[in-house]
Amino acid sequence: MEEFYHALKVSSTACTGCTHCMTVCPTQAIRIHHRLATINGAACVDCGMCLKTCPRRAIFVEQDDFNRIFHFRYRVILLPTVVFGQFAEEVSEEQIFAELHAMGFTHVIETDQSVDILTDAMRAYMQKNRPLRPFISAFCPAVVRLIQVRFPSLIGHVIPLKQALDLSALYARQKLKEQGVPEEEIGVFYVTPCAAKIAAIKSPVGEEVSPVDGVINMDFIYNKIKMGLTRRDHQPPPPTSGQGYLSPTSIAWTLSEGEASSFDGRCLAIDEIHNVIDILEKLENEEITDIDFIELRACDHSCAGGALSTNNRFLVIERLRARMKASATRQYPHDQEIERHAAYLKAQSPLPGKIVPRSIEKLDENRSVAMEKMQKINRIMEIIPRIDCGACGAPSCRTLARDVVQGKAKLSQCAFIQKTLVQEGLMTPEEAIEIAENTWGKNRFSNNKQETSCK
Amino acid sequence: MEFTYHIEGGDFSRAGAASSEVKKILKQLNIDLAVIKRVVVALYEAEVNVVAHAHEGIMKITLAPDSIEAVIADKGPGIPDIALAMQEGYSTASPRVREMGFGAGMGLPNIKKNCDRLEIESTVNAGTTVKMTTFFTG
Ligand SMILES: Nc1ncnc2c1ncn2[C@@H]1O[C@H](COP(=O)(O)OP(=O)(O)OP(=O)(O)O)[C@@H](O)[C@H]1O
Ligand code: SF4
Ligand SMILES: [Mg+2]
Repeated sequence: MEEFYHALKVSSTACTGCTHCMTVCPTQAIRIHHRLATINGAACVDCGMCLKTCPRRAIFVEQDDFNRIFHFRYRVILLPTVVFGQFAEEVSEEQIFAELHAMGFTHVIETDQSVDILTDAMRAYMQKNRPLRPFISAFCPAVVRLIQVRFPSLIGHVIPLKQALDLSALYARQKLKEQGVPEEEIGVFYVTPCAAKIAAIKSPVGEEVSPVDGVINMDFIYNKIKMGLTRRDHQPPPPTSGQGYLSPTSIAWTLSEGEASSFDGRCLAIDEIHNVIDILEKLENEEITDIDFIELRACDHSCAGGALSTNNRFLVIERLRARMKASATRQYPHDQEIERHAAYLKAQSPLPGKIVPRSIEKLDENRSVAMEKMQKINRIMEIIPRIDCGACGAPSCRTLARDVVQGKAKLSQCAFIQKTLVQEGLMTPEEAIEIAENTWGKNRFSNNKQETSCK
Repeated sequence: MEFTYHIEGGDFSRAGAASSEVKKILKQLNIDLAVIKRVVVALYEAEVNVVAHAHEGIMKITLAPDSIEAVIADKGPGIPDIALAMQEGYSTASPRVREMGFGAGMGLPNIKKNCDRLEIESTVNAGTTVKMTTFFTG
């Protein structure tokens, strides 16, 4: 099976193998080898928990080279509303738009412009497919991947539609093509609040290729805008093409309740990945039924809490709420340009492919073998201490046992087992050190501690 | 392979915990998702019946390469008329239990529907034993 693309990377120079990320990873995708956190690509869902928890900023989000935008004559930047929430109220939306033009974008389009169209498409899908209730939103790519790897039985409940990001990218392309611009001269770049959206663009689920050409990290664009604003100090921004209208519901879309508040019936909004896992367990066990729609977001407070958000998430929400209020007092302008493309975008909205299961739970394809492996795991669990200390380089005793059975680790990595083996003369102290060094790095156990000294 | 779980009567906050553990095991064994679903639904209903109607019980799971057998045995009031209890809509659930969203009288019929073999034995004022077997396909 083709691997997922992951934008989350570990810096081998900054990482000290401190285990913080390993412990928080909701899919147990991280192990420590040679004093370095290593991420298992089959299990990682790009939720960004590791990045948020890393005390050394050793986990980062890989991004495309910014100058790639200049490979295109028409350079479109797609902005999710949370971008504006990064800035203090003094910085106006016009200023932000102006800075984006100044750095080289020919068109600035708000991603959430297509939300009203998407909402209609989602509503129509739900009405047509009522037996598939409860419907699960495909908004957050980390959640879709989580469902693929850990809850494949729920895939049928996921609404198989493209997201606002894809629809707005298609809209931007269509708009320019209508003006006679050749396809290859259009570059569409998305400002991402997280690693998950990048992964969704680089290896889309249920889609062949994404209509987005490149991704720009939100913290990067924040710095670039800030820099421009500082340079231009006090001078008015150069005039730019106007910003389109966004309805209050579109502005709120990326926030918690953004989707759930848009539909009729019993709708739930859940954010933060552990809460999401909890609810998915309940759905899978059919402990929760009679729900119509469930909005699930990997980040605490949804995209306001995205890994690449630089501002405090509560302040992000405050700014967006202020904008919603202002928008609510405006008349809905029916002459919106995107409306003209509504039929086209709705037709484009279904995902052409399937969301495939990628279970990481199964011990083996063959049931009898899987059963034997499980028996072995149970036997290991009886002799290891079950204190989940992490000294073996795995997040829990059970994961070590699983790794051992899968041939990915040795039982002697367990610090307790090592002690016992040494005591019984079955292992020399030197051998024990060597095993530990394989996990925690060379010279970690020698007297010469320069490398690891506390500062 | 065997697994045993304890079920506490009256503790609705934990109802479903044992079935959920069994589900996690089955997912690791690469068993067809539709089969897992049937098994878990049946187990859940039996577990909730112990919580709602009995004092305490155990769930004992025996896994073979081609089947899962579950025995849910409780100490409790027992079922005087099993045939009657098996009827859809029949329930003696107390108002308190109904308030918790149970007591539609659909549990036992649901178990029957979702397993391949079902045996129920019960002694009034002693307890009930539900034994269900489901075969894995493929
Ligand atoms: N373990 C048990 N001990 C004693 N009585 C039981 C037990 N299981 C079921 N019963 C009796 O059988 C009746 C029917 O059970 P069933 O599971 O079908 O419905 P219910 O538990 O009342 O409601 P529901 O399962 O729909 O929430 C119960 O109301 C109860 O009288
Ligand atoms: S909640 Fe938003 S920011 Fe967080 S992972 Fe999902 S899409 Fe990305
Ligand atoms: Mg019942």
